[in-house]
Amino acid sequence: MARDSAIDIALVFPELLGTYGDGGNALVLQRRLARRGIAAHIIDVAITDAIPRQAAIYLLGGGEDSPQFAALDALRASGALHHAVDNGAVLLAVCAGFQLIGTSLPHPDGTSVPGLGLVDAVTTRAPARLVGEVAVRDDALGTGWLVGFENHRGVTALGPGELPLGPRQPERDCATDGVVHGWIVGTYLHGPVLARNPRFADQLLEWVAGPLVPLADPQAELLHDERYAELRTARTWPRWVRRPRRSVPPRP
Amino acid sequence: MRLARIAAGGARLVAQLRGGRASVLPGYVALKVAPDLLSTLLTGRALCLVSGTNGKTTTTALVAATLGHGVTTNKDGANLPAGWVSALLDGHSTRAAAPGPVILEVDESYLPAALDAAPKAVVALLNLSRDQLDRHSETRMLALRWRETLAAHPDARVVANVDDPLVVWAASTTTDVTWVAGGAAWHNDAGACPACGALLTRTPTSWSCPVCGLARPEPTIECRADQVRVTGVEYPYSLALPGRANRGNLAVAIGASRALGVPTEAALEAVARVHAVSGRYARYCVGTHEVILLLAKNPAGWVETLDVIDDVLPDGHGTVVVAVNARGPDGRDPSWLWDVPFEQLVGRAVIATGERATDLAVRLDHAGVAYRKDTREPLVAALCARDNPVVIAATYTNFLALSRELDRGT
Repeated sequence: MARDSAIDIALVFPELLGTYGDGGNALVLQRRLARRGIAAHIIDVAITDAIPRQAAIYLLGGGEDSPQFAALDALRASGALHHAVDNGAVLLAVCAGFQLIGTSLPHPDGTSVPGLGLVDAVTTRAPARLVGEVAVRDDALGTGWLVGFENHRGVTALGPGELPLGPRQPERDCATDGVVHGWIVGTYLHGPVLARNPRFADQLLEWVAGPLVPLADPQAELLHDERYAELRTARTWPRWVRRPRRSVPPRP
Repeated sequence: MRLARIAAGGARLVAQLRGGRASVLPGYVALKVAPDLLSTLLTGRALCLVSGTNGKTTTTALVAATLGHGVTTNKDGANLPAGWVSALLDGHSTRAAAPGPVILEVDESYLPAALDAAPKAVVALLNLSRDQLDRHSETRMLALRWRETLAAHPDARVVANVDDPLVVWAASTTTDVTWVAGGAAWHNDAGACPACGALLTRTPTSWSCPVCGLARPEPTIECRADQVRVTGVEYPYSLALPGRANRGNLAVAIGASRALGVPTEAALEAVARVHAVSGRYARYCVGTHEVILLLAKNPAGWVETLDVIDDVLPDGHGTVVVAVNARGPDGRDPSWLWDVPFEQLVGRAVIATGERATDLAVRLDHAGVAYRKDTREPLVAALCARDNPVVIAATYTNFLALSRELDRGT
C-alpha cells in the first residue's frame, strides 16, 4: 500500500501510563517503519492535550492505580479513542491499559469501576500479584510465542464472544493472556513488549501499512529467542507446551 | 544477646573464609538467634537512617564522614536488617567506652522496620522513583508506606528533599522536618500529585499541585554550584564527587549531620575529603586502562549517571561500558532500559555487556547509539576498550562483582 503521508502513532498519556518503559513500543514501531522507508510520527499525548482522533495506531501502557484512573477519566471524557477505534485505528493496550479497555476494573477503594468498554472483559483483583517472565502463544494472530514480563494485581476474564491472544506459560492461575478484537490487542506482557517480539510488532504494522518486506533486526530477534529459550529451560512446563502445535519458523 | 553475638562471630568467620566481606551473614544469623537484637543494639546511640531510591550509599558515606572516628555504618550497601545488624555487631567489637553514632543506609521498603527499632532517629529521605518494580511496590505505594510510618513515629527528626513530590508528601505529616533542596532530574514518577492524583504544575525550579495545594516547601539548605546556603548563611564548599546529583546528596547529608549536632563548617570540611564511596567514582588503574566504576540501576539513576559521564569523560573522550544484569537485586525485569535517555550517548564509544546485553543492544539500536556488544565478563569487555579512560556503568550485581575484582587488583 503506497502512502503519501506519515503514519501517526499516538502514545497516550506517557506520564501516567508509562511505568515500565512503555514508550519503547512507539520507538519500535517507528523504527521498523522507517527502516522500510515509511515515515512515522510519534505523538506524545499529555493528559492536558486533546487526544488525536485520526492517528493510525494508539498505544496505552501500564500505570499505577491513581494515574490509571486519571487516564480513564480523561479517555472517557474525550471519546477520541472510541472514535478512532470505530474508524479502524489499531490499539495496543498493555497491562493497566488492557484493564482500561475492558468493561470494568477494580478501584483501590474496593469498588468496581466501568472501563472504556472497547472489549468485553472484566478485571478483578487476584489474591496475589502476578510477577515474572511469561510467554504467550499467539494463536489469535499467529506470530508464534510472545515473550515478556508481567507485574500486575488484576486478572482479566474475557466475555464469551472475545478471543484471547492465546495460552500462557507459566499460567500463574491464568490459562490465557490478552484479547484480540478487530484491530484492538490487549496483553499483560508489559512495557516494551514490541521490542521483545518483532513479529508481533510487524503484525500490528501490517494492519496499518499493508504487507511489509521482511526486516533483518538481529538483536531484536536474538532477544526474543533468548527470552524464549530461558523460559523454556527455567520452568517445568506441561508436556503439551514442549511440543507446540505451531513451531516458530526461523526468521529470514 | 551473648549467644547472638557468638553465633554472629562464627558466621563472620565462615563468610570471610569464603572470601566475602561478611556484611550480611553475621547479622542474618544473629537475628535468627535474637529477633529483637536491632533495638537492643541501637539503644542509647545517636542514629541517622538514610533512605531513598538513589544516592543512599553516597549520602550515608558523606554523613559518616562528617562524624569522624567511632561512627558505625553499613558500608557495603548491605541495607536490609541483616546488614544493619552485621555492621552494628562489627562496630561493637571495637569496645569503645562510649558508643559512637550510627549511620545506616536503609532499603526503601525497610524504613518502617528501622524506625520501629529506633523511633527517635534522624531520617534522611532522598527520593523515590521506579526501581526493581518486581520486588518493590509501585512508587506511590512506597511513599504512602513512608508517610504512614513517619506519622506513627512523631519523635523522628526528618530531613527531606523538597525537589521530590513523593518525599514531600511522605514527610508532610511530621512536625520536626528540615527541608533540603536535594535535587531531582527525573520527574516521570512524580508527574501526578501523590496526594490527589492531579497533574503537577512544574517550573524549572519548583512544582505544585493546582488542585490540592501540595507544593515544594522552601528549603532551609540548598547546595549551589559554588556555595551551600544553610538557613540563610552561605558557606563555600568543595566536593570531589562528580555530578549534579552529588550536590543534592551533599545538601541532604549536611542537613542530617546538623541534626546530629555537627557544625556546618566542620561537616563541609569533612565531606570535601570523600573521593570514592564503596568503589563508586574511584579511579582504578588496570594495566594501561584507567577505569571508573559507577552504579546505574534505574532510569532516575541513569539520568544522573549520564551527567557524571559528561563530567568525567568530557568532550566525548573515553569509552562507556554499560553492564546490565537482571538478577534479583538488579530487578528481574530490564524494561526500565527503555526509560533511560541513552540517546545522550550518541557519538561516544559504547560497549554493551552483562547477562542482559541483548536487551541493552536492542535499546541502543533504537537510541541510534553505535555500540559494540561484548558478552564476556564485564571487566574483560571493559579492558578491550580502545579509548581511555573507561567508565563502567553497571547494574547492582555487576557493580558488586566489578568493585570486588577491581579492589583485589589494585
